[in-house]
Amino acid sequence: MSETATEHIVRFREVVKTYDDDGLKVTAVDGVSFEIPRRRFAMIVGPSGSGKTTLLNLTGCIDTPTAGRIEVCGEDVAALSDNAVTDFRSRNIAFIFQNFNLFPVLSAYENVEYPLLLLGIAAGERRERTLAMLESVGLADQQAHRPNQLSGGQKQRVAIARALVKKPELVLADEPTANLDTQTGASIIDLMRRVQREQAASFIFSTHDPQLISHAEETFVIRDGRLVEHRSEADR
Amino acid sequence: MMLVKIASRNILRNARRSLMTMSAIAVGATALVLFGEFVANMTTGLQTQTVRRSGHLSVFRTGYFNFGAGNPAAYGIGDYRSVIRLINEDRLLEPLVNVVTPTVTLFGIAGNFDIDASKTFLGFGAVPSDRDRMRQWDEYGVFRNLVLEDSGLRDDDETRGVVGVGLARILGLCASLKLADCPPRPQTAESPSLKSSARAGALQELAQRDRDTSPSLSNGGAPRLDLLAGTAGGAPNVLSLYVSRAEPQGVKELDDNFVAMHFALAQQLLYGRGERKALGIVLQLHRTEDMPTARARLVTLFTERGLDLEVRDFTELQPFYKQVIGLFGAIFSFIAVIMGVIVLFTVVNTMSMSVMERTSEIGTARAMGVRRRGIRRQFLIEGWMLGAIGATVGLILASVIAFLINRSGFMWTPPSQAAAVPLRVLTSGVGPLNLGVWLGLVVMATLAALLPANRAARLAVVDALRHV
Repeated sequence: MSETATEHIVRFREVVKTYDDDGLKVTAVDGVSFEIPRRRFAMIVGPSGSGKTTLLNLTGCIDTPTAGRIEVCGEDVAALSDNAVTDFRSRNIAFIFQNFNLFPVLSAYENVEYPLLLLGIAAGERRERTLAMLESVGLADQQAHRPNQLSGGQKQRVAIARALVKKPELVLADEPTANLDTQTGASIIDLMRRVQREQAASFIFSTHDPQLISHAEETFVIRDGRLVEHRSEADR
Repeated sequence: MMLVKIASRNILRNARRSLMTMSAIAVGATALVLFGEFVANMTTGLQTQTVRRSGHLSVFRTGYFNFGAGNPAAYGIGDYRSVIRLINEDRLLEPLVNVVTPTVTLFGIAGNFDIDASKTFLGFGAVPSDRDRMRQWDEYGVFRNLVLEDSGLRDDDETRGVVGVGLARILGLCASLKLADCPPRPQTAESPSLKSSARAGALQELAQRDRDTSPSLSNGGAPRLDLLAGTAGGAPNVLSLYVSRAEPQGVKELDDNFVAMHFALAQQLLYGRGERKALGIVLQLHRTEDMPTARARLVTLFTERGLDLEVRDFTELQPFYKQVIGLFGAIFSFIAVIMGVIVLFTVVNTMSMSVMERTSEIGTARAMGVRRRGIRRQFLIEGWMLGAIGATVGLILASVIAFLINRSGFMWTPPSQAAAVPLRVLTSGVGPLNLGVWLGLVVMATLAALLPANRAARLAVVDALRHV
């Protein structure tokens, strides 16, 4: 692995993603190349249908490119088998979804504990880390609640705790504030920013809300599947 | 542990649908277990009746089984006493055997001259005390609460006999034997035909001649029949039989022909003044499961001693037994297949609905790092749990219903039995049946979950996450 590769959490080289929609070819990502340094709070901005989610899916290794090369955490993910890429996700990548995607049959505590079970972490350490994470997002008192007993903001806090509890290298958030009111959305962004600093993780999240751009250290603007602008905090 | 937790909570998540699925499985388990227990009770009952009458194994002269009916006397076992001694003294057979007894089977004509009636009969000669011991056999305890009627034969009275109720009716013994449910004999318009009158007359003449040479013929006022049979030498032989009781035989053909008599009387009828032989040696074992061992040992013994004897078991001698068992086995299999198909479709439907409803959760789990086989395992566990809970409830339900049936007091007449018996289902020794039904339904439910589980495991993560 080269020096350059390990400096970046994500590297895209001429990545193309085309969908076949009932015989109609739709290009969601069209020859995109970029790299995101490690431990950055990066944002992908663009209007609906611009290809933000596809870009995040490709970054999260839950979708495969039609062409081009993607490196995540220094690994060429296209070369991995289905099981290997699943294990890779389990170890290195966490997701925060727009619709929270908590397991409805599990309590807040169990939802946060779930990724640690997948990693085979011992019960004692699991409990310690889960409780610390719930404490960190301010939900220690709601740990026994099921998702249907939590507000939208609380659900997203549980989702953030679930994403960060395994200490991933990369956290991907697809419009995490889209289903929240402005005040709650802002507090969720603040929370994500705080835990990102605490854990020194790399965050990439997508949004079409221009008000959130000020929080980003790296901003990638995408339109019609093409990267049209890249702004870095260092450039300002 | 987490898989089981998620599975059980998902089952409760849509409680009504899960309840319907588990109810279908429970009803299937209940039906299968109850019918299986009923069949088991009937099978053991039929086996008990058969073994009480014919024993487990019968020893014949080679060829008797296939050809003996044409000339039974020619297939007699002359040294039957030494064969019985050989069996009784064998170290391996002795602990297995309950009764070893000689028998004679013969055909002839039975006549009641008081009403000028005669009828062909099928006679069974047995040692009365051995027959009584055989009638006590009840390996499975199916007749433990039923009191046995007197056998009607005595070791010390060779002239006593028992006839089928049908034969008693035909030969006009209803009144003298005080038989209930025996219609009065209709008065025929004409006198007996010349032919039958002549036959009865000839029989009476033979009987009178025989009686002249016989000692004591008095027998407590029991009705008398005269039995005519051909001896081994071909001469007609007539003896008197005092009928102590009539015994229903279940099958009309047998009921109309059955005569049980003392072994010595049967020998006398068949062999006259010649050498007295046995036509068969019956072995009743303590336990039916020892039958193959005992049979193999008998064959070895006879081969070693150079005896020209063959061994047959009761399933060969009573084809009806095998037919009934086969029939009920086929019905059970048919019901099991239907129940299996119902469970299959019910579980497939339930699990498919569950996969559809949880598509987004499947995508989330896959994105978080759950492998395809983890998803498959999750749904298989849910199918297994539905099957296990449903089948367990079904077995409990079956136990309760079986308890109620066995105390209901309902009566029925099983195949080949003459008298009604309490309707019962066998509840002891049916562990393998219960285990088989439980396992069968649980395996079926798990297999049924495999199809939706595979579908869930094959979902593309992005498609699953997009699912609303």
